[in-house]
Amino acid sequence: MSQQGYVATPPYSQPQPGIGLSPPHYGHYGDPSHTASPTGMMKPAGPLGATATGAMLPPGPPPPGPHQFGQNGAHAAGHPPQRFSGPPPVNNVASSYAPYQPSAQSSCPNSMSTSSVTQLGSQLSAMQINSYGKSSGVAPASQGPPGPLSVTSFQTPPRPPQPSILQPGSQVLPPPPTKLNGPGASPLPPAMYRPDGLAGPPPPNAQYQPPPLSGQTLGAGYPPQQANSGPQMAGAQLSYPGGFPGSPAQMAGPPQPQKKLDLDSIPSPIQVIENDRASRGGQVYATNTRGQIPPLVTTDCIIQDQGNASPRFIRCTTYCFPCTSDMAKQAQIPLAAVIKPFATIPSNEVRMIYSLYLVNHGESGPVRCNRCKAYMCPFMQFIEGGRRYQCGFCNCVNDVPPFYFQHLDHIGRRLDHYEKPELSLGSYEYVATLDYCRKNKLPNPPAFIFMIDVSYSNIKNGLVKLICEELKTVLEKLPKEEQEETSAIRVGFITYNKVLHFFNVKSNLAQPQMMVVTDVGEVFVPLLDGFLVNYQESQSVIHNLLDQIPDMFADSNENETVFAPVIQAGMEALKAADCPGKLFIFHSSLPTAEAPGKLKNRDDKKLVNTDKEKILFQPQTNVYDSLAKDCVAHGCSVTLFLFPSQYVDVASLGLVPQLTGGTLYKYSNFQMHLDSQQFLNDLRNDIEKKIGFDAIMRVRTSTGFRATDFFGGILMNNTTDVEMAAIDCDKAVTVEFKHDDKLSEDSGALIQCAVLYTTISGQRRLRIHNLGLNCSSQLGDLYKSCETDALINFFAKSAFKAVLHQPLKVIREILVNQTAHMLACYRKNCASPSAASQLILPDSMKVLPVYMNCLLKNCVLLSRPEISTDERAFQRQLVMTMGVADSQLFFYPQLLPIHTLDVKSTTLPAAVRCSESRLSEGGIFLLANGLHMFLWLGVSSPPELIQGIFNVPSFAHINTDMTLLPEVGNPYSQQLRMIMGIIQQKRPYSMKLTIVKQREQPEMVFRQFLVEDKGLYGGPSYVDFICCVYKEICQLLN
Amino acid sequence: MATYLEFIQQNEEQDGVRFSWNVWPSSRLEATRMVVPLACLLTPLKERPDLPPVQYEPVLCSRPTCKAVLNPLCQVDYRTKLWACNFCFQRNQFPPAYGGISEVNQPAELMPQFSTIEYMIQRGAQSPLIFLYVVDTCLEEDDLQALKESLQMSLSLLPPDALVGLITFGRMVQVHELSCEGISKSYVFRGTKDLTAKQIQDMLGLTKPAMPMQQARPAQPQEHPFVSSRFLQPVHKIDMNLTDLLGELQRDPWPVTQGKRPLRSTGVALSIAVGLLEGTFPNTGARIMLFTGGPPTQGPGMVVGDELKIPIRSWHDIEKDNARFMKKATKHYEMLASRTAANGHCIDIYACALDQTGLLEMKCCANLTGGYMVMGDSFNTSLFKQTFQRIFTKDFNGDFRMAFGATLDVKTSRELKIAGAIGPCVSLNVKGPCVSENELGVGGTSQWKICGLDPTSTLGIYFEVVNQHNAPIPQGGRGAIQFVTHYQHSSTQRRIRVTTIARNWADAQTQLRHIEAAFDQEAAAVLMARLGVFRAESEEGPDVLRWLDRQLIRLCQKFGQYNKEDSASFRLSDSFSLYPQFMFHLRRSPFLQVFNNSPDESSYYRHHFARQDLTQSLIMIQPILYSYSFHGPPEPVLLDSSSILADRILLMDTFFQIVIYLGETIAQWRKAGYQDMPEYENFKHLLQAPLDDAQEILQARFPMPRYINTEHGGSQARFLLSKVNPSQTHNNLYAWGQETGAPILTDDVSLQVFMDHLKKLAVSSAC
Repeated sequence: MSQQGYVATPPYSQPQPGIGLSPPHYGHYGDPSHTASPTGMMKPAGPLGATATGAMLPPGPPPPGPHQFGQNGAHAAGHPPQRFSGPPPVNNVASSYAPYQPSAQSSCPNSMSTSSVTQLGSQLSAMQINSYGKSSGVAPASQGPPGPLSVTSFQTPPRPPQPSILQPGSQVLPPPPTKLNGPGASPLPPAMYRPDGLAGPPPPNAQYQPPPLSGQTLGAGYPPQQANSGPQMAGAQLSYPGGFPGSPAQMAGPPQPQKKLDLDSIPSPIQVIENDRASRGGQVYATNTRGQIPPLVTTDCIIQDQGNASPRFIRCTTYCFPCTSDMAKQAQIPLAAVIKPFATIPSNEVRMIYSLYLVNHGESGPVRCNRCKAYMCPFMQFIEGGRRYQCGFCNCVNDVPPFYFQHLDHIGRRLDHYEKPELSLGSYEYVATLDYCRKNKLPNPPAFIFMIDVSYSNIKNGLVKLICEELKTVLEKLPKEEQEETSAIRVGFITYNKVLHFFNVKSNLAQPQMMVVTDVGEVFVPLLDGFLVNYQESQSVIHNLLDQIPDMFADSNENETVFAPVIQAGMEALKAADCPGKLFIFHSSLPTAEAPGKLKNRDDKKLVNTDKEKILFQPQTNVYDSLAKDCVAHGCSVTLFLFPSQYVDVASLGLVPQLTGGTLYKYSNFQMHLDSQQFLNDLRNDIEKKIGFDAIMRVRTSTGFRATDFFGGILMNNTTDVEMAAIDCDKAVTVEFKHDDKLSEDSGALIQCAVLYTTISGQRRLRIHNLGLNCSSQLGDLYKSCETDALINFFAKSAFKAVLHQPLKVIREILVNQTAHMLACYRKNCASPSAASQLILPDSMKVLPVYMNCLLKNCVLLSRPEISTDERAFQRQLVMTMGVADSQLFFYPQLLPIHTLDVKSTTLPAAVRCSESRLSEGGIFLLANGLHMFLWLGVSSPPELIQGIFNVPSFAHINTDMTLLPEVGNPYSQQLRMIMGIIQQKRPYSMKLTIVKQREQPEMVFRQFLVEDKGLYGGPSYVDFICCVYKEICQLLN
Repeated sequence: MATYLEFIQQNEEQDGVRFSWNVWPSSRLEATRMVVPLACLLTPLKERPDLPPVQYEPVLCSRPTCKAVLNPLCQVDYRTKLWACNFCFQRNQFPPAYGGISEVNQPAELMPQFSTIEYMIQRGAQSPLIFLYVVDTCLEEDDLQALKESLQMSLSLLPPDALVGLITFGRMVQVHELSCEGISKSYVFRGTKDLTAKQIQDMLGLTKPAMPMQQARPAQPQEHPFVSSRFLQPVHKIDMNLTDLLGELQRDPWPVTQGKRPLRSTGVALSIAVGLLEGTFPNTGARIMLFTGGPPTQGPGMVVGDELKIPIRSWHDIEKDNARFMKKATKHYEMLASRTAANGHCIDIYACALDQTGLLEMKCCANLTGGYMVMGDSFNTSLFKQTFQRIFTKDFNGDFRMAFGATLDVKTSRELKIAGAIGPCVSLNVKGPCVSENELGVGGTSQWKICGLDPTSTLGIYFEVVNQHNAPIPQGGRGAIQFVTHYQHSSTQRRIRVTTIARNWADAQTQLRHIEAAFDQEAAAVLMARLGVFRAESEEGPDVLRWLDRQLIRLCQKFGQYNKEDSASFRLSDSFSLYPQFMFHLRRSPFLQVFNNSPDESSYYRHHFARQDLTQSLIMIQPILYSYSFHGPPEPVLLDSSSILADRILLMDTFFQIVIYLGETIAQWRKAGYQDMPEYENFKHLLQAPLDDAQEILQARFPMPRYINTEHGGSQARFLLSKVNPSQTHNNLYAWGQETGAPILTDDVSLQVFMDHLKKLAVSSAC
């Protein structure tokens, strides 16, 4: 399937250009033979660059000047408005101008904003006008930051908006004239100084309208120029320094300053995040408008469902679809939605407790369109006095069922509009009728089965005891419906090594009974009654059992384990009990015992970096694939806790968890005293998670486009039904859309995602999420409405899926090419004409290059034998089910300076860019990516902080062999632990804390996460990458 | 005549042997003309309280092909300390220990009264007895409860060091591990999957392939007891545990929907039991005791599907070749039975259900291994409970009346060869000079294995006289046969019982009278019956009957005194007089007639017929009828409808049933309550007398008979009416014109008619 996804794109590509990749690239994915050409292209770039240098003048600077005015107007109008609510635009503008002053300004990004204000004053009023286009009537309208108003209006503005790019150019603004002369010249010099002035951060802001800039033009040439002092010259060259040593010019210059400069002069993700947070954080975001762009995932705000699904449930790569497939093809921006149907809603947004509004139409069931079967939703248009309604998806006119009839008011809205969730909300649930149940029978409440590997090593290292102890408490917290006293979920227990032991824990037994099934070739369930029990009723027997399990196998020296039969057993047990459920498997070794699914060690590093590398990501046998299908067919989800001490073939073992909507946890070289906390947190969290079972998801779209590809912990037996044995609050499914036909700007693009599932109490329900998007025939609108975080989520998933079928080299090239293509298309069609050498980024994609680079540097895509195959398979699988917020953090970790902590504040300190240059010997930094957490200690960290946090007198006394900070009563400690708590809170995986001292060995690991730098195992730095992209773009433009 | 009767009786008491002929025709030709083959009923372990085993080992003939045991018939030269084998005439030196023997100082085995002697072997490790319970859990609640109680009770009857094991089955098969403290543990097998012995042992962890490498050498010897101990534990160690475990046994929890039979995996359960013992205790005395409450309905060995609307096969189905599962199932159980026999274990089947349970298919398990077969209506009946208890009864020495893993070795003098054996045994395929090419029963060997036997287990052993007619045996010569039975006594000792007998040869042409007088018609009847039943297992019923008839006619022709074509002149001597009557009843018996019997019942009856001793066998062939009246003490009466009189109480013993039948008048009296009136105390006594006698029989017999107390006109009276000779039927009632006796509604011929025909045919020269 997945392969097709990538390969198949070509066919689709025609109607829907937008897909993922530029047409030529498709070929590469599918056909290795083509791979050569891309590389070829890359290489030429080098020379190009050289030539560029020659022609330096033209590139960078020129465009800004002239365009700016025009652009500003347009651009400002377009961009800022979309991103920000009313007020922000001003900021933007301000920021955009900031560059001028920056030289004077201090280093801190934060200061920026303040400075911007001042700048504002200084700025030309005209600018503002332009930017907001208020003065120019038309333009502003189009922006309609409020947005949705008139599509048409948009069209006109779009062009201008492009200029947003210019914003970066805004820097240019001042020098406009200079540009004309030697474009980059004027801007460059300032840049140079700044860098000198201080550690990276501050200057950049100054220079580059750092964050606020909605659209940035990246003068590729800038940094280099600075170096050279021969501004323009540098421009072209600069881009290559990292990637292409070839350019001598640069080298000549003072190299160090260059780099620093570079980093600061290119768009900073931190700044983008901070800006969004500043402008939209803490506010109420009402989803009452079609196609409006939600705040970034990193921004906390209160979301009010007013007819469209909250971005917590659905995020799109773009909120404005191109009207035609040709446009989509041209832009190559993937049209996709990342759907997290069971996303947790923060308590301050919750209307019903923990859940959505529940609609119950009794026996008649949900009201659905007769033709396309879409569910009643705000997109249905009632006509003929309320007797009929027109489906927003297929336009079919349906009769309103008598029981559902209601009169319309003067604006054609039903009188009960606000009383019925399905008419006024974007997300709600229906109670499903028997028709929606398996075998037309109401489902039984689900069951959890705990399956513990009791082979020698697990007993020896105390893991079994740990699990058993923990289960005793954690079972008290089985998820339950709010209104229920106790959980309806039943539990069962199995232990195994190379045979399986089932336990009868029926409440009336004095002792649990063990039943050994040795026929692993054809596993079956030896008992029915007494295997799955209500925890409360059988508590004493269960405790008895959990007490005994560690002892029972204490003398066992069985090293071999089975795996597939274990899953099979759990699945058969659920099947026999006729209920859906979840298996918790605690496993530690490669299953080498003679049984189906037996694996051998096939970890062959020689395959790395060859066309056969993909084999390492594929399961070793197809047993697991068919097993997963069976599991899904019976609503059996598998969550796997892995404790490997060596290669265990995650690619094979993890397949079933992935396809059944389960979670894979991996604790390599598990050590009781270090890792148990992390594991226990994960276990608790996973058991208590909000979860739906036996789910089928269907994504319906309005006419003109349709969902074509799905990524996530899912299984598909046909092209439309997404089957999931279970789906929990952390699992997201990414859906790609393609054009069938033209889309109309009037009716927009509507998406309805319906998930039919069984609740934890055994109720059958339908969860509906609706989302309306805009459509536009202007490419500019498309670029304005993009969301980079979602884009990266999509790119990551599609690439990681392709990993199974294509050489990594090809995949990497496609990603680079597509990035370049998207940006080139913008440059060509949306940005005002400017020198070819200017790198212009749409505002919404400012951070695309850095994120893309992070994705490319991820160990999955990095073909390096040093990296454990299991770890790569693990991360690959992890990303496949990630939501936007998780993937954002995963690819671009959060790096917080701790030494500047304000112990009185409750907010997190401002993050800094993930680069070594931001670290300082006197600093302490906390880094988190959703899987790992590091506390980095500079060699000269302030002793009072060390005392405060570790309760030891000095740096040297710190014991790095800990995964939990000591609970010290000191405010620093409390504050730090609180911060860690906040970071951890929203993340599905418990992060293990590693203490890293500067200049000690473990620092190497930590360095890998400084993603803006050159990777430890290769992979270009951010600067190098952006140069590389720039080159590609030039190529494309030529 | 009395002498022969005495001789026969004495022989039976001393040696447990009864021959059809006690004087043997001296040539092959004559022997065949005798019609009834030269054969004997041997009860190898006949209880001999007066025969304490000797504490040494037997002295064997040194000829490798002979190895006969020194016996009273051997010629001994006390001077040279040599003895001559009476079978092969090999001269043997006495072993050193016999240095002191002389005419006056003889070892026991040379004394004539020790024609049967038992040796005790001290060599070899003694292995404990093993009892492996295989319990069906697809039972009704009260049935299961009763069974559980019986099983718990049985634990107290087992010797403390006996090993017990427990396998339960329903839809799944569970092998319970008995060693573990605390949590009870069992290995579970799918009831539908046939497993090889190797697989079973692997799955139970009985084979430890790679482990020895790691483990220290010394651990090796320990391995065996340790491994086996998981499933088989000494009673005294896990008595309490097992009692609790049995107590907690639940009915098979898998739901049985309306119109279905429970899924019962008897085939796999047995297969696992066999595999378990095979892997752990080969060639050690062990009983697999299968308790089942219904037919196997799934997996290998299934006898009927789980659809209730399709009934289990009947004889009708089998005749029409309509029994889908029969052949396959039979094959499965036969395979199991032969494996079990090879390992020296035996399988008991206790089947209690109202409907059939598949005994037809499973019979070989008990038949070939010397196990018991018990059939009842429910485990909650005294029939089962007492029968089961009786298995554990002890003899005068306090030992169980059971022995294990026996081999029976038969040696004959040169004029004889061994044709075969019929009984609970399997052939060991030992060919030797004394094995005949003609087979009767299980032949082609001189040794058989009897995995389980008790003091009444009796084999029919058939011989062939091979002496040529023109090579007469010297006058006064005697033929000799030696039976050597190696077995494991229930006290776990190995023992050898040796019986050596000799009979005179006689020339049939000159000494026919002798031979005739030495005919043992009872033994002959049973031996012929066994042959007939053995044939009936594989041949069509009518063919067997025809064969029996022909044999009878030939016998009458040979030994009857008559004038040709004059049936009225026909006479038989006393030693043959009862024989035709036995044959008449045999023809009507359930062993040969399947009408009115289910296949299971037939198998059950035949099973017991093939292993009981002569007396019991005769009762089975011709039930005994006693009559109680005011006219005198109870007396045996003819098994005839004329014996059914209004003022009599009848007690009939058919071996399988004890029927008490009150005549019409008696029944009325009882109804009127006379027995409660003091003045009619004698009536009370009369009523009580047969009850007491019945109790006596019930106490002694294994399996416990079905006890039926009925009266004239009662529905249960059919048990009596179907057995008696129908001398009065609805056809001839008025012809006889007498009001005595009860007419039987049947078309069967009566004994009188039978005899008339027999005479007619015997005297005719046609055949």
